[in-house]
Amino acid sequence: MARIGVFICHCGENISATIDVEKVAKLAGKLSGVAYSVDYKYMCSDPGQTLIVDAIKEHKLTGIVVGACSPRMHEGTFRKAAEKAGINPYFCEMANIREHCSWVHPKSDETTRKALDIVRTMVEKVKNNTALFPIKVPITKTALVIGGGIAGIQAALDIANSGHQVIMVEKTPSIGGHMSQLSETFPTLDCSQCILTPRMVEVAQHPNITLHTFATVESVTGFIGNFEVDIRLKAKSVDFEKCTGCGSCWQKCPSKKIPDEFNAGMSFRTAIYTPFPQAVPNKPVIDRANCTWFTKGGKCGVCAKICPTGAIDYNTEDTILSVKVGSIVTATGFDIKHSDFFPEYGYGKHPDIIDGLQFERLASASGPTGGEIRRPSDGKEPETVVFLACAGSRDKAKGIEYCSKICCMYTAKHAMLYKHKNHHGKAHVFYMDIRSAGKSYDEFVRRAIEEDDVNYIRGRVSKIYEKNGKLMVVGVDTLLGAKPVTIEADMVVLATAVVANEDAESVAQKLHISYDKHKFFAEAHPKLKPVETNTAGITLAGACQSAKDIPETVAQASAAAAKTIILFSGSELTREPVVATVNRSAAPVFTTCTGCFLCQEVCPYQAIEREEIRDRAGNLLMNAAKVNAGLCQGCGTCVAMCRNKSIDLQGFSNQQMLSEVMGLLNEPF
Amino acid sequence: MRIGYYPGCSLQGSGKEYSESLFAVAEKCGIVLEEINDWNCCGASAAHSLNHDLSVALPARTLALAEKQGLEQILVPCAACFGRLATAQQELVSSEPMRAKMSDYLEMPVKGTARILTVFEFLQEHIFPVADQYIVNKLNHKTACYYGCLLSRPKDLTRLEFPEDPMEMDAVMEMAGATPIDWAFKTECCGAGLSVSRTDIVAKLSAKIVEDAVSRGAESIVVACPMCQMNLDLRRKEINKQMDKGSDIPVMFITQALGLSMGLSADKLGLNRHFVSTGKVVSCVGRKEV
Repeated sequence: MARIGVFICHCGENISATIDVEKVAKLAGKLSGVAYSVDYKYMCSDPGQTLIVDAIKEHKLTGIVVGACSPRMHEGTFRKAAEKAGINPYFCEMANIREHCSWVHPKSDETTRKALDIVRTMVEKVKNNTALFPIKVPITKTALVIGGGIAGIQAALDIANSGHQVIMVEKTPSIGGHMSQLSETFPTLDCSQCILTPRMVEVAQHPNITLHTFATVESVTGFIGNFEVDIRLKAKSVDFEKCTGCGSCWQKCPSKKIPDEFNAGMSFRTAIYTPFPQAVPNKPVIDRANCTWFTKGGKCGVCAKICPTGAIDYNTEDTILSVKVGSIVTATGFDIKHSDFFPEYGYGKHPDIIDGLQFERLASASGPTGGEIRRPSDGKEPETVVFLACAGSRDKAKGIEYCSKICCMYTAKHAMLYKHKNHHGKAHVFYMDIRSAGKSYDEFVRRAIEEDDVNYIRGRVSKIYEKNGKLMVVGVDTLLGAKPVTIEADMVVLATAVVANEDAESVAQKLHISYDKHKFFAEAHPKLKPVETNTAGITLAGACQSAKDIPETVAQASAAAAKTIILFSGSELTREPVVATVNRSAAPVFTTCTGCFLCQEVCPYQAIEREEIRDRAGNLLMNAAKVNAGLCQGCGTCVAMCRNKSIDLQGFSNQQMLSEVMGLLNEPF
Repeated sequence: MRIGYYPGCSLQGSGKEYSESLFAVAEKCGIVLEEINDWNCCGASAAHSLNHDLSVALPARTLALAEKQGLEQILVPCAACFGRLATAQQELVSSEPMRAKMSDYLEMPVKGTARILTVFEFLQEHIFPVADQYIVNKLNHKTACYYGCLLSRPKDLTRLEFPEDPMEMDAVMEMAGATPIDWAFKTECCGAGLSVSRTDIVAKLSAKIVEDAVSRGAESIVVACPMCQMNLDLRRKEINKQMDKGSDIPVMFITQALGLSMGLSADKLGLNRHFVSTGKVVSCVGRKEV
């Protein structure tokens, strides 16, 4: 005979202000099977929990119902209390009379009645509860890091340094990401490559890191601790075992007019190429879309002839590598809008209207001008440069409502770098607001304004057009008299909006993680789980989640690494036992499952397996469905689909659900 | 498909050549435009700054009349009229109380569901598909297509793909054999209604437009708004005073240009009604390619 305890919480005044908690507790005590019922101000407090533990022991309770908040809030707390008192924790149920009742209704007898209804349904349910035990799942202690920018590099190094294996996948021929393209970094103006390249090399040389460049993630299946990932290793056409990285091939390659991605399209590269001199790995690949051998059917072949080690192989094909990993760090980075996004600024048709990344390359010692700031059209030093913050960002009409976050700082840096290199030049910045909240950030912007004489104009630019060889930048100064201004510039730098990568959506779909309307990946909770995704075992690092600067990216990457290391710290993973099971019984019945496998078709997690039931002699008796508890997420779709009720969801069995409904319908008072 | 037509005041007065050329082109292409019976003023620009209900009620009456006439599409060539009718329509369609209120004011039902076409949409949907067979002349010259404000903005109403750099008229002019130029003042303000009260401002603003078009080699300016046309044409004397070197670049309606390419006479297209002579454009018909 069930002996149920009911514990009604006041939650301060959260519940008791609208619900007559004493009445609920009193009436609940009269329900059939309820042996004890009480109300208390804060059930989750230490004395509250002690009250529960003591009551279970004293009244020999077989199950408890806590009428309080959402199970997401305190189910764990009360289950622990139940366990402490010596009963299986799954004999504890929450009746949510706060979110589902007191918070959404006014104070009234009806509200109190509804609270009692909720409590009663859970009392009926708990009578049918069974003892459940957490499921233990083994963990593959290898992490997959997708993306080889600074976020991926940081996460990979942290995980690898903790002694775990890391597989890094990078889609371009070299790791380094956007950070490797930057000239100097704010707010200290130290050289980006100088601080990044040692870390790139560390990744390549780390004994715990396996690096796959020129590779993409093809598919992901499995679950936390046990993912199976197919990685597409794109055909490099170069045997890295034989290649010494001597560079003869790309020096002789006749296809020399391919826009260089690393220099943001401001110079050209060859078809066989390493993206930049400090590339890791520093070995070339063939860009087949632009290689004469592939586009013109076997003509050319110069690189193969010149290669001293015979490393060129035109016949290599993409291969798929299947790996098992326990966790995945998503660090796929970002892109920026380019000047062709702005009809009002001439669609990017004018070569001297450039974006921020192009300016970085102009200012970089490794860039197309060797670090001299000269304009792309004629190579002259620009005497007047206008910088536009918020090009596209915070602009609803452009479909980008958000702030791109990094532009205020890099625009100040750009203006400063220009002034440092072109002392007689004039730098103007059009801005909406200056958002420089960060350590030493505002000081940096003030330095640009006060020490480097950058002219900051608060206002927007309506259009840019060419007139007599000058770029006419038409804007407004909204301060001091608010007047239209036109600046005759030699070069314009647009701080264009940070956007998600073009392939972000397909990556998210492969990983089964959610993303927002701008295709940035969604964190599990905006405040308390900023690193996790809604898919257990997959974390986020860097600008694939939202626009971020380097320090913030590195911090998040380390956090993602920490989450991974925490996961890898135990020998196995404990999961809630809320999974589906197919009934089994003794011979000769074995199971009521008829082996129709409708459940297998509807399962979204591929958790249903086929089991062969054999006699002692090994003869096949029947086929039956079997649930892989590791894969099952407890959604219950199979239960609904099963034609003869052979599958049930533990903790939410058909019988429990029916009892709840009957409890709700059978009003005793 | 029956196409309704709302002239508004301009197309019967200062922009008469707009309606003349529009009808001439439509007739050539075998399209009949049905004027809305008993239409009234759209309310621009006074009503919406004085009384919101009035600014909806005036266009609502026209829309109600069109519905009564069974018209599912209405062509509104004037930019200001289009702006008012489309704005009122948006309110009517999105608000049941507003529809009820207007039906009450007007003493007739109004739904506001008829499709209001800009002149661009009319050309694209009704003229483009058949135009090829009627175009006989190439207007061999460089032209600046000037869109102004109300035909390009707000985007929600005008439905242009790129309100900052529209290309709708450029496409028409290309079809007519002209070479549209890439220029910077396509969607700038001409000064609009200040034409009477502050001619000096109109002269200053319009001068920038004319100057940029001329400096980039345009030999004509093509417009689709009667107000733009009037300011750039009628106020040329004042405009020229604002420029280093005056210009006699003609300003014609898109329908006039299209009509010319279809071999219609300058008279029929109202090309003799302009203050700045359109002779240069008329004479470039059949000229060698530029």
